[in-house]
Amino acid sequence: MNFQKTLLLIPAYNEEGAITRVVAEVRALYPDLGILVADDCSTDNTADLARAAGARVLSLPCHLGLGGCVQAGYKLAFGLGYETVIRIDGDGQHNPTDIPRLLAVLHQTGCEMVIGVRAKESGGLQTHFVRKIGIHFFRFILRPILGRTVSDPTSGFVAVNRRALAVFSRSFPLEYPEIETLVVLQRRQFSFEEVPCRMRQRIAGRSSITALKSVYYVIHVLLGVFVNILRFDGRSRKAPAKR
Amino acid sequence: MDRLFDILTILAVVLIVVVLRSLRREHIRVEHSVSWLAAALTLLVLSRSHRLLQQAAAYIGLENEVAALILGILAVFLGVFYRFSRIVSGLKDMNITLTQRVAILEYKLHQQNEEQQAKP
Repeated sequence: MNFQKTLLLIPAYNEEGAITRVVAEVRALYPDLGILVADDCSTDNTADLARAAGARVLSLPCHLGLGGCVQAGYKLAFGLGYETVIRIDGDGQHNPTDIPRLLAVLHQTGCEMVIGVRAKESGGLQTHFVRKIGIHFFRFILRPILGRTVSDPTSGFVAVNRRALAVFSRSFPLEYPEIETLVVLQRRQFSFEEVPCRMRQRIAGRSSITALKSVYYVIHVLLGVFVNILRFDGRSRKAPAKR
Repeated sequence: MDRLFDILTILAVVLIVVVLRSLRREHIRVEHSVSWLAAALTLLVLSRSHRLLQQAAAYIGLENEVAALILGILAVFLGVFYRFSRIVSGLKDMNITLTQRVAILEYKLHQQNEEQQAKP
């Protein structure tokens, strides 16, 4: 597979237990694929280990949170002229062998974003109970907004093309970006596709969204979704023809 | 009721003194002190002017001037908090943009240095 103009982005915060394996696995599978670890001001050795494993590292001088960290990677990729960016988590949950399938769908369909989803046919939602409730809740909320069902709106395994990069490098949700991103795309009249993927257990560390934080997550994301609907309403009507 | 007004007057004076002291020590910037000073002065005027309060209470339709005073304080401080929320949000946006730009510039500089070192 030709990975020219394609960048793999790994946002990472205190992932020293997993980052070496994640980078090494990708390098072994796809030696030509550029790997960028966006280090969100980790307090451990994430940046050094990622560099030692063969990745290029974008080191943020302050901790911005997931959205700010991902957006920094998108901005850099857009500025350097990349056509496609694939994002995977730094904890090893996403299987890099799925990357070619995501890219194939992105190129074949001409959509702006492809999401690797935790789908039933590939092992189901392998996540904790509270998160499952959250996923079902947001599926219900997003369906009328997006006009279609999303299997897993919380997945961070995504591939985006340059049109989406242009939008995300200017405007990107900052704290919990995955769900709001879908609304941003919809308001721009962009499209997305889903590819079923089997998620793995994280190599090290814990999810930042604990059961208690889930409540805050739901409120924050709900507000973000509705703010995005209001914010982009005027612009979406003026959006230029897509392709 | 007079005691309540006296306490509010003291609070307003204390607030003014604290803000001015913070300004002198550069703990707070002049443009951010304006809202607090305006709020403290409003509190001071309201707590010392019974007639003004009575007129305000009558205008709003309240029988009790203390209720009018509390409503006034609430409105003023809500305004101050809203103003500061906007300022903090703006600062956070600027901080995010600057952080990203610094990171990208450092990255590009690092890449350039590596390329120069790789040249024979």
